[in-house]
Amino acid sequence: MHEKTIAQLSAGLAAGEFSSEELTRAFLERVERFNPQLNAFITVTAEAALARARAADQRRHRGEAGPLTGVPIVHKDIFCTEGVRTSCGSRMLDRFVAPYDATVVEKLNTAGAVMLGKTNMDEFAMGSSNETSLYGPVHNPWDLAMVPGGSSGGSAAAVAARLAPGATGTDTGGSIRQPAALCGITGLKPTYGRVSRWGMIAYASSLDQGGPMARSAEDCALLLGAMAGFDPRDSTSADRPVPDYTALLDRPLDGLKIGLPKEYFGEGLDGAVAQVVEEAIAEYRKLGAETVEISLPNSRLAIPAYYVIAPAECSSNLARFDGVRYGHRCENPKDLLDLYTRSRGEGFGPEVTRRILVGTFALSAGYYDAYYLKAQQIRRLISDDFQRAFQQVDVIAGPTSPTVAFRLGEKVDDPITMYLSDIYTIAVNLAGLPGLSLPVGFAARLPVGLQLIGDYFAEDRLLHTAHRYQQATDWHLRAPAAFA
Amino acid sequence: MSLGPAEVAKIAHLARLAIRDEDVPAYARNLSAILELVAQMNAADTAGVAPMAHPLDMTQRLRPDAVTEPDQREHFQAIAPQVEAGLYLVPKVIE
Repeated sequence: MHEKTIAQLSAGLAAGEFSSEELTRAFLERVERFNPQLNAFITVTAEAALARARAADQRRHRGEAGPLTGVPIVHKDIFCTEGVRTSCGSRMLDRFVAPYDATVVEKLNTAGAVMLGKTNMDEFAMGSSNETSLYGPVHNPWDLAMVPGGSSGGSAAAVAARLAPGATGTDTGGSIRQPAALCGITGLKPTYGRVSRWGMIAYASSLDQGGPMARSAEDCALLLGAMAGFDPRDSTSADRPVPDYTALLDRPLDGLKIGLPKEYFGEGLDGAVAQVVEEAIAEYRKLGAETVEISLPNSRLAIPAYYVIAPAECSSNLARFDGVRYGHRCENPKDLLDLYTRSRGEGFGPEVTRRILVGTFALSAGYYDAYYLKAQQIRRLISDDFQRAFQQVDVIAGPTSPTVAFRLGEKVDDPITMYLSDIYTIAVNLAGLPGLSLPVGFAARLPVGLQLIGDYFAEDRLLHTAHRYQQATDWHLRAPAAFA
Repeated sequence: MSLGPAEVAKIAHLARLAIRDEDVPAYARNLSAILELVAQMNAADTAGVAPMAHPLDMTQRLRPDAVTEPDQREHFQAIAPQVEAGLYLVPKVIE
């Protein structure tokens, strides 16, 4: 059963070929067997999953099942889950049992999805390799010596290794798309505001966005349909209807105009990755799309601007972790200042500390204009580049990541080199646009992802564009040999 | 812009973040490298460009000023490091 997509599992459940309980047991057995090699899970909730699976089966008997009822999924450990540890990959929250469900969790529960557990991630979603987690790195199922990408590395590895058919992730600078690319799965970062951030532990609030990770675009469409929607509890939630993403998948691609930004195919892009991406674009031309070269002239400014905006917002958001109401508290504090500084110093790892310090500096007296304001102005330039491009094209395509998965340990001591892994994904967050990564082949036996970028709220178009490619090719069906 | 150990210690104090003395030089190096990367922003002419705080230039919604949350004090304090009689305990603030 594990080789089936969510759409196929949903059909199997509806036809009575298997029960959710059988399905859930099958995936839990795979988790038990394979997770020790991968470290994709922080917490496995086997008993709760089986109880939920039985409830899903009863719901189906009552004739009240939807497409996700009884389908096992996993949640990134950044989403609050009532009664279940929600660690965010950090010592700070190692013993934090969330007192409520995130909106995304609540919505997927309501749809009847069955949570198998919580997946590993970079600490507070800060990282591109899943190596900053308190719980140790996740291994890439295609080669255990390689990183899975980050920060949603556990979700990506779990889906790629067929330990779960679908997962949630979050993406602040590429954290859904880059691990999806490095693990050979499909992942979508929706438009900012499309999916509620309520109960999703905040990193950089003007950039954070939750989204689905699965094997196919069709599966992402099913998951997004359940996750998206207006939430009055998130003050930046978009108040607009959610289309039926699956209804729009099968239209032909004829006449679709795909823009290829010349800045995404230049220096820094690995040659073998470039070749695979070019082949994918050639496939799109065969499918009836037209491609044109475009320019996003401010692309090179995205990483510098991001490393002001994200740390600034992070330093502000993470100020809430003070050792008083929840989270890690140091032993025997001698006064309140000692309580704050030692609880935080012990609770946060090095990458989180670096970003808090950079952000604190950028926001400190006298530096605001030179850093935060300047970065926000550049953010506008980057956003304007995209808007100009979308007057000319329907979708923008390019590589998701400049390289395939790199070795565990290779970049962990060099933050700047690590930051460059997100060179093609970060601008999309700054502009707040939707972006999708889909698997389009292999370089050096490791998966390569193609990134599709759409205009605001064009998730349907991205899913459709990816789905048509997946109807014509089978890269998204390839499984890593050790987990087939 | 390059930061030295004394500046890192000052920023860490502003952030209420204890850093071990032996780790300060490494943070100073990392932070300086990050600020060097960030300095690439200066190549862009942003005179007259309106800063963008929100991707969709939305304004924050306001809700009616009414109580919407039920009392869940016991539920929330169950995960607190130290509570007594419904209060969060911290070290003595006033001597």
